[in-house]
Amino acid sequence: MAIDLTRMRGGEKGKVIDIQGGWGLLRKLEALGIMQGTEIVKVSSQLMRGPITIRVGNTQVAIGFGMARRIIVEHKK
Amino acid sequence: MRKVLLMGNPNVGKSVVFSRLTGVNVISSNYPGTTVEFSKGYMRIGKEKVEVVDVPGTYTLEPTSKAEQIAVKILQDSIASQNGIVINIVDGTNLERNLNLTLQLLKKNIPVIVDLNFWDETRHLGISIDVEELEKILNVPVVPTCAVTGEGIKELVDRLPEAKAMTYDYPDEEKWHEIGKIIDRVQKVTHRHHTFLEKLADASIKPLTGIPIALGAVYIAFKLIRFIGEGLIGYVFDPIFGKIWAPLMMRLSFILGSGGFIHDILIGKLFVGKIDFGQSFGILTTGLFVPFAAVLPYVFAFYLVLSFFEDSGYLPRLGVLADKMMHQVGLHGLGIISMLLGLGCNVPGALATRVMETERERFISATLMAIAVPCMAQIAMIVGLVGKYGAKALMLVFGTLFLVWIMIGILMNRLLKGESPEIFVEIPPYRIPYFGALTKKLWMRVKGFLKEAIPFVLLGVFIVNILYSLRIIHFLSKLTGPVIKNLLGLPSGAVAALVVGFLRKDVAVGMLVPLGLTLKQLVIASVVLAMYFPCAATFAVLVKELGVKDMIRSALIMIFSAVLVGGLLNLVL
Repeated sequence: MAIDLTRMRGGEKGKVIDIQGGWGLLRKLEALGIMQGTEIVKVSSQLMRGPITIRVGNTQVAIGFGMARRIIVEHKK
Repeated sequence: MRKVLLMGNPNVGKSVVFSRLTGVNVISSNYPGTTVEFSKGYMRIGKEKVEVVDVPGTYTLEPTSKAEQIAVKILQDSIASQNGIVINIVDGTNLERNLNLTLQLLKKNIPVIVDLNFWDETRHLGISIDVEELEKILNVPVVPTCAVTGEGIKELVDRLPEAKAMTYDYPDEEKWHEIGKIIDRVQKVTHRHHTFLEKLADASIKPLTGIPIALGAVYIAFKLIRFIGEGLIGYVFDPIFGKIWAPLMMRLSFILGSGGFIHDILIGKLFVGKIDFGQSFGILTTGLFVPFAAVLPYVFAFYLVLSFFEDSGYLPRLGVLADKMMHQVGLHGLGIISMLLGLGCNVPGALATRVMETERERFISATLMAIAVPCMAQIAMIVGLVGKYGAKALMLVFGTLFLVWIMIGILMNRLLKGESPEIFVEIPPYRIPYFGALTKKLWMRVKGFLKEAIPFVLLGVFIVNILYSLRIIHFLSKLTGPVIKNLLGLPSGAVAALVVGFLRKDVAVGMLVPLGLTLKQLVIASVVLAMYFPCAATFAVLVKELGVKDMIRSALIMIFSAVLVGGLLNLVL
């Protein structure tokens, strides 16, 4: 099932299948190793549309809510 | 002279390697973006002396922030002058992402050598990297190191001459595919259980557990700073000044004839025939007492606690938790790090705004800090002065400043054009601070404080004496009397403190002591002194960082809001 990052729950795994944004966003995410095909694990989300934290490889990355909404993930239960 | 550039992703330990190579100490911490300015040092390769540059961290050679722009510019200049070598420092625990920059560097016309750092941690994490194979593929030397302990640094230096340029070519659009192929060939990851630190890391970033942890951490930090600061004052510095220095100064006072111009400059005024370190205002009495006995203990305590938090990796997590609140004032969560640095001293706080992406954030951040984040020197003096009236009185001062911080932040966020970007940051793993590195950093900061503060404090005390004896203060008091008296409710003598506040805020707060102010006046004077203008050192940095035009705008906000808030306090209290 394809959903955006904000709608995953903590601890769930997924694979990035689409990033809905311009070149700037793609480049920014790519710098931290997030692009189509990247496997991620959601760690947490903050209250009231705060940032989302995910695990990519061996690092964690915190992503603002608006940006996280544009990252579409194929979600594995 | 040839140049060695230390380049790599943020938070891979470039500054630690830099210190190892050059013997020059620079501040390093466990969060991305500690280095915002490049530092230079020197080392020897054989008999040749070369310059070493600690370049700010960058994920790619297509910059997204001011710090990254600086990094790319240094690289380009070095390529143009054909005299550089790059030591590409790579985080072994994150090889895949780090290779992105490595491959970009290997396309440039500059010799590269790869330093595979965090080697011990990489092994602990169950990641095995075939170094020889990686070296073969990239065709440049790859040296595993553990920079904090110094392991592998010698081999790195020995192999510097083997660095090679343009050894690995690939089509740009195939970059991540290439990286994937390399990873498949050199890296094996064995599964292992979560460590305690990883569990703590997860707990401290989930809101349900993270918010209590954050509140607890701030509370403990606050208590520790107070405990250490007060302990040092009560058991070390007060006895030294009271029992040893005071009798010596009394003797000097007697030799100087207990009065006269020289006596007043060096010793200051006597109170009932005795020196009062808080009020005498001589260079050798108050001039030494303020930096050493009143301020240094708190500066030491603050930096001890801050350095621990920095090196543990907690600060970016605090930033994520505070993100929502920080957005109200037009910054994202990481803005809290520059504010915390500003609590130590506004100068590094202002420099730390460089990691922010937009001019707008930098302006808001620098202005907010200059107005409503008093530095530790000033805080220590306020605590000494106002603290006598109890915790409530202190709450009045710092609570007001916090409210001002929020209100002015919200206003600037509403009124300034543009939007502030969202948080997007790598959260480093927790690391147990390395004792040697921590003490070295603490020592550097304390030394930095002493070197910056003492000349200015002495100069400040000297100028106070000159201004009084030339009756300039008298003249200024008359001139500004109406504003100071009627609007702020302060005695006209307070203008002297405001004048000296341009130079040093701690001395300025100290100058309130002899005025015999009421609690209300003390609160107003402390708040106004914190807000109205930055000290000379901060001002110089802000002009450089913001440019003259924005600095004028920022200064107008400061002066206007200081008068407004001071006036309101005078009405309300």
